[in-house]
Amino acid sequence: MTDILMPALSPTMEEGTLAKWFVKAGDTVKSGDVIAEIETDKATMEVEAVDEGVVAEILVPEGTEEVKVNTPIARLNGEGGAAKPAPKAEEAPAEASPGKGEGKASAGDPEKKPPEEAETRPEGEGPAAVTPKEPLKDPELPEGVNLVKTTVRDALRDAMAEEMRRDGDVFLMGEEVAQYQGAYKVSRGLLDEFGPKRVIDTPITEHGFAGLGVGAAMAGLKPIVEFMTFNFAMQAIDHIINSAAKTLYMSGGQIKTSIVFRGPNGAAARVAAQHSQDYAAWYGHVPGLKVIAPYDAADAKGLLKAAIRDPNPVVFLEHEMLYGQEFDVPEVEDWVVPIGKAKVRREGNGVTLVAYSRMVGFCLAAAEELAKDGIEAEVVDLRTIRPMDIETVVESVKKTNRLVTVEEGWGPMGVGAEIAAKVTELAFDYLDAPPARVHQEDVPLPYAANLEALSMPSIERIVKAAKAVSYKD
Amino acid sequence: MARGQTASAGRRKTTSAPRRAGGKGHNSSPDTGRDELLEYYRQMLLVRRFEERAGQLYGMGLIGGFCHLYIGQEAIAVGCEAAKNPGDQFITGYRDHGHMLVAGMDPREVMAELTGRIGGSSKGKGGSMHMFSTEAAFYGGHGIVGAQVALGTGLALANSYREDGKVSFAFFGDGAANQGQVYESFNMAAVWKLPVVYVIENNQYAMGTAIDRSTSEVELYKRGISFNIPGEQVDGMDVLAVKAAAQRACEHARGGNGPYILEMKTYRYRGHSMSDPAKYRTREEVDEVRKTRDPIEHVEHLLETNGWADADALKAIDAEVKKIVADAAEFARTSPEPDPSELYTDVYTELRA
Repeated sequence: MTDILMPALSPTMEEGTLAKWFVKAGDTVKSGDVIAEIETDKATMEVEAVDEGVVAEILVPEGTEEVKVNTPIARLNGEGGAAKPAPKAEEAPAEASPGKGEGKASAGDPEKKPPEEAETRPEGEGPAAVTPKEPLKDPELPEGVNLVKTTVRDALRDAMAEEMRRDGDVFLMGEEVAQYQGAYKVSRGLLDEFGPKRVIDTPITEHGFAGLGVGAAMAGLKPIVEFMTFNFAMQAIDHIINSAAKTLYMSGGQIKTSIVFRGPNGAAARVAAQHSQDYAAWYGHVPGLKVIAPYDAADAKGLLKAAIRDPNPVVFLEHEMLYGQEFDVPEVEDWVVPIGKAKVRREGNGVTLVAYSRMVGFCLAAAEELAKDGIEAEVVDLRTIRPMDIETVVESVKKTNRLVTVEEGWGPMGVGAEIAAKVTELAFDYLDAPPARVHQEDVPLPYAANLEALSMPSIERIVKAAKAVSYKD
Repeated sequence: MARGQTASAGRRKTTSAPRRAGGKGHNSSPDTGRDELLEYYRQMLLVRRFEERAGQLYGMGLIGGFCHLYIGQEAIAVGCEAAKNPGDQFITGYRDHGHMLVAGMDPREVMAELTGRIGGSSKGKGGSMHMFSTEAAFYGGHGIVGAQVALGTGLALANSYREDGKVSFAFFGDGAANQGQVYESFNMAAVWKLPVVYVIENNQYAMGTAIDRSTSEVELYKRGISFNIPGEQVDGMDVLAVKAAAQRACEHARGGNGPYILEMKTYRYRGHSMSDPAKYRTREEVDEVRKTRDPIEHVEHLLETNGWADADALKAIDAEVKKIVADAAEFARTSPEPDPSELYTDVYTELRA
């Protein structure tokens, strides 16, 4: 004997009307037969039999309203194999327990109580992978190491070439990366060395080739997907977030996507709103991604090599305005800079300036200006946006008691907002002034030269903000 | 973790000779042997009984969120599985339970994922739409309509890169066929001659929108014409027709000729998801398909008319399948919810030391 239960037809249904029976006592039913019709305030649905047998008894007559989910509505003389009755409320999943009103008990209910551990876990304390057990630091340089003047462009190229020599699973795909030698010449020479199988010119089809890259990564390869600029990656952001960042979690750890999405990010010059945007905050928001935005050539090389080796999806934000700048790169066998570690680029006691990518250079210039007025700024280069090395920022603020964040992106919900929140949480008592944020004005980037200059962060604005938090303006 | 514990949906390869290409609309006849046909019957029945039970568990509140059942479309996954080689990949959208079962995933871990338990294939963290098994070469289980087409083409890119002779099967519906990334993928697959078989499961409704209301050319096998991708229309309710077409497609793709499109004409008996009352079509329409085109009854008929199985033999298979499904349901009901400590696992992969 098997009870047929009043089914829930949606995650939020609690009760319904048994509108109609299509079977009566004595009828034989087999699985798949429509046996009844049920109405809720939202819909009318048919109920199909799962078990086979002869209807012994109708327990709830048609027309009955407010029949609770899981109430026995009929009895079947079956062949066995029936499902056990629903578990009691205390052993059922929370979203299935009765007593919650329609529309209040959905699986994604934000009011649903999270696990206890989740409640007590300090916010932002992530998995072990992003909370390094040992302090991360740059590799030790041998005595008298040769430093080679290298452009950021060539440093990135060298990083890719070295990793492609090292690992046959690494390949580069993107628009104009092969025969054209890269729209910004970052991939210059790679086609000659590695051939068209490993340096792949794609059609102009960002959504598609990002998806192909992620699929190839799911199969175990290590693609480097170049976006001509990150502005165009908005077409592909679904694959970066939904397919790459979330799949490890959704597969219970089975499917890894070791992939690097890289290309220029932020504003170049006079290319206006659609071609000038900083995506650090956008990608930095997403668990499952690592986000890197280097400033100089040594970091560009060392961090790109680390990104290619990383088993997780990495968004690697470069800057067109830095590609041609030369910096010292140590001439060592295998220069790999750890992901997730900020770098203090200039020491000082007066004010902490935190930035990433091109804005690090602006901060270093601002620091020189500030020094003329007797303010010694400490410049922290984040290098990695996620996981963010907030400890280095906090240590600096404990020393300077003042914080200015600088980014090319917009202010609201931005990288600076996150840093200010973290520093306020972790070093509130050390702050002598509210943190200040320098960022792009809250408008789409204008084309006109004067308006563009007004919109972008500048050395003057950084100096002004630093003086303001120092109460010296 | 119950992974690989039961034999249940065992992987079985047909050894029968491939059918000659017959173009569209050809009739199937049982040139596949008795054992193979019985196996397809068993697999299709497993999917159907599994889905019926999933629907029941949903009704009991044990399964949350969205739950899209494969009932009616069983012949497609089973026929493609019969045609593929071990290691060839499957990837599909959110109506994925059937593909996983025939690919060889343990019904227990599929059902336990539906109930959000630690014994599920994703430890309860993926749910109905997000399951994967590298062992079974099943790459999801994707909730974004059409995403699996680009990802599946990427699997084929990896196959081509490694020159390992594998073919990727990317399954998607008539609804997904209108997504832009499908055509971005078609183009790259054709330009680079990637070994991918695009299987369009045309069940004629994109959620509640009938195909002729959403789609200017409803013959979806023609969708590859401007990419020079051959396509054919197949009776997706006939497992032997599906298998024969999939063999042709596989041969084409594996032979270095690039992608191939199979439009499977099929029908889903249930709503788009469990909470869809399916009022956009009549009960008569559904009943008509069930009565005249049911893929399982079709095989039943073939088995009986060939004298390969009598009613008792079929009943025995049904009993075996029901036992597997009952066991899976019991496991899914009793497997514990994931430990709260699982909240922060699997967000990132640790770097190898």
